[in-house]
Amino acid sequence: MEKQSPESIYFFGTCLIDLMYPQAGMSAMQLIQREGVRVIFPQDQTCCGQPAWNSGYRDEARQVAEKQLALFDLDIPIVVPSGSCAGMMKHHYPELFEGTVLEEKANAVAGRVWELTEFLVDVLNIQLDDLGEPVDVAIHTSCSARREMGVADKIEQLVGQLENVTVLAQEYKAECCGFGGTFAVKQPEISAAMVEDKTAAIRDTGAQVLVSQDAGCLMNISGAFEYQGDGPESQHIANFLWERSHGK
Amino acid sequence: MENDTETRVAFEHPEFKVRVVDALKNDRVRKNFRSAMDGLMRRRLDMFDDAEALENLRTQSMAIRANSLSRLPEMLEKLEAKCIENGIQVHWAETTEQANDIVLKIAQQHDAKSIVKGKSMVSEEMGMNHYLEEQGIECLESDLGEFILQLAEEPPSHIVAPAIHKDRYQVAKLFKEKFPDIPYSDDIDDLTKNARTILRDKFYSAPIGLSGVNFAVAETGTICLVENEGNGRMSTTVPPVHIAVTGIEKVVEMLEDVPPLLSILTRSATGQPITTYFNMITSPRKDGEKDGPKEVHLVLLDNGRSKIYGDPELIATLRCIRCGACMNHCPVYVRVGGHAYGTVYPGPIGTVLEPQKEKGLQAHGELTQASSLCGACGEVCPVRIPLPKLINRLRYEGNRKDESSVTGAGSRRKTSEAMIWKGWAKAHSSPGMYRFGTNAASKMRGLIPNKLGAWTRVRSAPKLAEKSLHQLAKEEGIDHE
Repeated sequence: MEKQSPESIYFFGTCLIDLMYPQAGMSAMQLIQREGVRVIFPQDQTCCGQPAWNSGYRDEARQVAEKQLALFDLDIPIVVPSGSCAGMMKHHYPELFEGTVLEEKANAVAGRVWELTEFLVDVLNIQLDDLGEPVDVAIHTSCSARREMGVADKIEQLVGQLENVTVLAQEYKAECCGFGGTFAVKQPEISAAMVEDKTAAIRDTGAQVLVSQDAGCLMNISGAFEYQGDGPESQHIANFLWERSHGK
Repeated sequence: MENDTETRVAFEHPEFKVRVVDALKNDRVRKNFRSAMDGLMRRRLDMFDDAEALENLRTQSMAIRANSLSRLPEMLEKLEAKCIENGIQVHWAETTEQANDIVLKIAQQHDAKSIVKGKSMVSEEMGMNHYLEEQGIECLESDLGEFILQLAEEPPSHIVAPAIHKDRYQVAKLFKEKFPDIPYSDDIDDLTKNARTILRDKFYSAPIGLSGVNFAVAETGTICLVENEGNGRMSTTVPPVHIAVTGIEKVVEMLEDVPPLLSILTRSATGQPITTYFNMITSPRKDGEKDGPKEVHLVLLDNGRSKIYGDPELIATLRCIRCGACMNHCPVYVRVGGHAYGTVYPGPIGTVLEPQKEKGLQAHGELTQASSLCGACGEVCPVRIPLPKLINRLRYEGNRKDESSVTGAGSRRKTSEAMIWKGWAKAHSSPGMYRFGTNAASKMRGLIPNKLGAWTRVRSAPKLAEKSLHQLAKEEGIDHE
């Protein structure tokens, strides 16, 4: 595949990263900048609208999504460090705005959306030098990254470039961690059963670090590890890649 | 050996949450589901070693189902005409009450006091056993799983493997209780043999056999029945009268539509290249034939389906060929099991179908929350039903303010929740307000309580960062336009 880096990109940080994991957002932008690409972070961005969309509040989702559509006037890629937010913008914006005056714009924006790991591999063809100590990691790929975006192999490829990092096999790897946005709040008992199984499977690998491309899963899984008082350190993939390839 | 009531999840409790909690604390049921679903997933995967061939077959199967559904009224008329031509009597039922009444009348015409049944989810949907028993007609389940459940007085917990929540020790104990004369055995072959012995006599004496339908072929008026135990063939061959009950959506246009559907059905369901029995019933016994029923009836049930047919998106629900792969792969189903759903059809397809049946979102709309929208169901569906998308749509229908053709639209809307989303939308559609709010939240992050309701029952409270990404990006001089 012909890989050509764009001159500049928009970065859509997502609301979870904004509030909980801002360093992951910074690391993602630094990784992209290091490849010689100009990063634009529109300060008026808020949230993609997914929480309301998945809860069945489409008017509210549209109200918020409409504001995001207005941020991306230049015809350049929009990079999103989350499978589920990227999935929202790429696959559900067209549905959300179908039959409205913003339909065309929503389709245009959707067509320019890239999930971060997908962008690093498929567009930037990033080559990473591992400066870190040997470490064993477990990978959790979010369901949106795996199924909606179909980019589960990208995080594996990126981690695979790091020569001192060993990826450990994990049982039920493709199974949901139980986050599911408002699902964790609406069905707390089922969500709890799921995250308990997920943390057990990850702990069983013996990994020192857990990496994922979605902040929602990380918040869920690492919150459970912390509560249990036992488990690997959790890092967003952007953070992990930047620290390994740049030095802390 | 533990008591067999251990597998009894509070399926009759009216509240979904209570059923869920009851199911989750039942370790044995959870273990039974996990190991059974793991087995089914593995067997399915073994059947599809060529990923590209699988995707092609899914596309073909979807197209076949979508084609017949796009012309459903025409297909049904064709099916009816052809069946009548073949000597099969056709009955239409808009509601489950009507369907039950049709079966009852046929039984009464033949003075039948018992009916022997092959597996049929539509008869479960009708609550037929209960209805007929109240009229003094005994229904005898002849499918092994259904037979076990009839003894245990429980509903199916899976559409293909109805007694999957029980392990063989629990079944052995149940048999010992109900048939004390038969020596105890927890060997699966022994259990099957014993059930067969008990059932065999019933086949010979039953005046009516009843079955479900997997595909009804419009072109030829053929009822297709997929099964492994031979009880389906017995039920449709030995008794002098055969009644087949089906949802109206099971019709396919042509005979040549059947092989691809059959192939993907058995492989998706149980990981079999084909089932032990595949029955094609096209008429009652003809002159000179030595076996087969003298009368065949086909009951076509609507129960909300024609309403689903009328919605261009939701019509995909009707493509379902009832393989159960969506539930086998569902992380929610595998943990709570079928009984927690409290409906005839559990798992993702139940989540989508049940709130669209006659009683609408009022009755089972809560099920739409029983999904993390992980997408595992949609990924394996042999006819590419976009299950997560339909769940999302039904959540919307449940919460919407305006009119809609979906039964019970708006009935799930709660003012308190609607207010929260309204406030959320306001805060997130005003960048200034959003930045002000997130800055303030970051500054006051020490004030966030350690206990956040259900979230912190198994997790630590999430921690806000000292500075938001908006602030960091600004401080680091990242371009903002």
